[in-house]
Amino acid sequence: MITKIAWKNIWFKPLNTILSIILLTASVAIITLLILLQDQFEKKFNDNIDGIDMVLGAQGSPLQLILSSVYQVDAPTGNIDYAEAKQWMNHRFVETAIPLAFGDNYHGFRIVGTTPEYLTKYGAELSEGKVFEHNFDVVVGSAVAQKMNIKVGDKFFGSHGDSEEGEVHEDHAYIVTGIASHTGKVVDNLILCNIPSVWAMHDHEHEHNHDEEGTTEAHNHDDHNHDHHDHEATEEMHNDEGHAAAEEAHHHDDDHDHDHHAEEAHAHDHVDVPVSEEGKEITAVLLKFKSKMAIVTWPRLIPQNTKMQGALPAIEINRLFTLFGIGLDALQYLAYGIMLISGISIFIALFNTLKERKYEFALLRVNGASRLQLLMLVLIESLLLCVTGYIFGTIVGRLALSLISGSSESEFKISFNPLEFVWEKEGYLFLLTIFVGVLAAVIPAVKAYGLNISKTLANA
Amino acid sequence: MITTKDIRFSYGKGTSFQFPNIVASKGDSLLITGGSGKGKTTLLHILGGLLKPESGDVLIDETNLSSLSDRKLDHFRGKNIGLVLQQAYFVASLSVLENVVLASWLATGHQAAEKAKQLLEQLDLKDHLHKLPSQLSIGQQQRVSIARALINEPKLLLADEPTSSLDDENAYKVADMLSGLAKQFGTALVIVTHDQRLKDRFPNQITLS
Repeated sequence: MITKIAWKNIWFKPLNTILSIILLTASVAIITLLILLQDQFEKKFNDNIDGIDMVLGAQGSPLQLILSSVYQVDAPTGNIDYAEAKQWMNHRFVETAIPLAFGDNYHGFRIVGTTPEYLTKYGAELSEGKVFEHNFDVVVGSAVAQKMNIKVGDKFFGSHGDSEEGEVHEDHAYIVTGIASHTGKVVDNLILCNIPSVWAMHDHEHEHNHDEEGTTEAHNHDDHNHDHHDHEATEEMHNDEGHAAAEEAHHHDDDHDHDHHAEEAHAHDHVDVPVSEEGKEITAVLLKFKSKMAIVTWPRLIPQNTKMQGALPAIEINRLFTLFGIGLDALQYLAYGIMLISGISIFIALFNTLKERKYEFALLRVNGASRLQLLMLVLIESLLLCVTGYIFGTIVGRLALSLISGSSESEFKISFNPLEFVWEKEGYLFLLTIFVGVLAAVIPAVKAYGLNISKTLANA
Repeated sequence: MITTKDIRFSYGKGTSFQFPNIVASKGDSLLITGGSGKGKTTLLHILGGLLKPESGDVLIDETNLSSLSDRKLDHFRGKNIGLVLQQAYFVASLSVLENVVLASWLATGHQAAEKAKQLLEQLDLKDHLHKLPSQLSIGQQQRVSIARALINEPKLLLADEPTSSLDDENAYKVADMLSGLAKQFGTALVIVTHDQRLKDRFPNQITLS
């Protein structure tokens, strides 16, 4: 009954109430969003580096190397020589080494040349079909299969580089041999094939599109971020050394306005043409060590002896979180600020109405209400506001997360689950909200408790 | 049935009151009159257990108010004493009916909705049950507060200037209702007033001086 009166009372002054609830909702929503984002973001990131001690790749920004080769979000730092990489991959310290070669994409989904171990590493099984064996066989990640509606046996053409608009390699179709199970990790958004496929795809290309390749070579050498052309350019160095640079030079168009030579597409039967490993390049190697000694020594050893670098995902991701953390902290302070303001707003609302409500309180006392019941009435009014604000905030925060998830999924292939609950932190947030409610109500409630009925009624 | 014995009260050092003894039996009406500053409202608050007298006793039936603890006094007051004030106050956010029902819940823990409806209908408020108190006229509000004071069938009904803000017609109506209902419920009625219209209406009077 007291709760009912409290409920009716707070809606008797809807503007005050709505203001308080909006403020609370805003602060709870922001904090909830941050809690969920941070938690899921870290989990997503940490899930993906699970079992990767080091990433071997071309020199450049280590963070970029990690982002590109582990999370598949950034452009690669460049290519490395497969033969050189192999020396490290076969080292006795190494437990597993998974090579990665980037080449093409299909509607924005990266086609990555690797070994079947890559699937195992992310705990992906094949929900349909079998793993890639031959060149141009691909296994499609679950999210890709679902979004592009791909089935086993489908064929498609990849576009060159990272962007959907890249030139289409129309002379070799990929054949889907398997679809990977859902893992919630990066592999869901990838199309995997063996490494020779990547080499063959681009070897072949040279025969037709040679002139175009030249443009990218020159371009690539001083700009390593442009992976779009990295591998083909470097590959070319090895495969097409016989070509005169002069012939290539006249074809410079840096804005990548490719003229499509692909009309010359050839019908190919998919018999594996053996591709020699000689002088071939890959993009990166994911390493897991037997001996943790390597984690300490290799990051120095590798750049000293080769043109490669060894980046430690754990450290780079930590660095990334620290960078993010500043922004997240700032937002968090903002949210707590809003919560403080909402507390003050509740306090002012309660305190202001106390003056007009003191007759009401005196009357309740006359009718047999105890002091404690009045105290409870004021307290419950405040708590109702807080609980309502908290509920709305939790919902709004999750709505915001699903919006963010939509855009982050299309841009970074990272999705968040808005229905996940971080019980501990959200529990603390709830307690904090309740605490704000109690704090805001304390003075008005005590005033109601100590009300002198006789005086109040006599002065009326 | 209410009896008082040698009640004294003082506000600080300046003003002190010594009140005459009062007796009002079941269904009786007693009018207490007197000029301003003679302690009418003070006496009423003492009778209602809102103020504690410096000395003397207030007995309602067999219960001595001064023997009750704060919490018990609140409870006793809710159950046994009805109060009608000069100006009617309500829980502004609750409807007329809910206000009356609330009084029954506070006193007894039960929500006597049916009884509240009957009482309000008897007081000619049938069409206003679900309005907010602020939507009623002052006369109507006063009648609601009478209904609220009587919902628990108290042993004592106290009225503080119940008619002073009403016009003649409403004043007589309220006066009739108060004495009629007091008889109906077997309640002792004590009215504090300086309203001449009531002095003519109630023969049983005590004047404070």
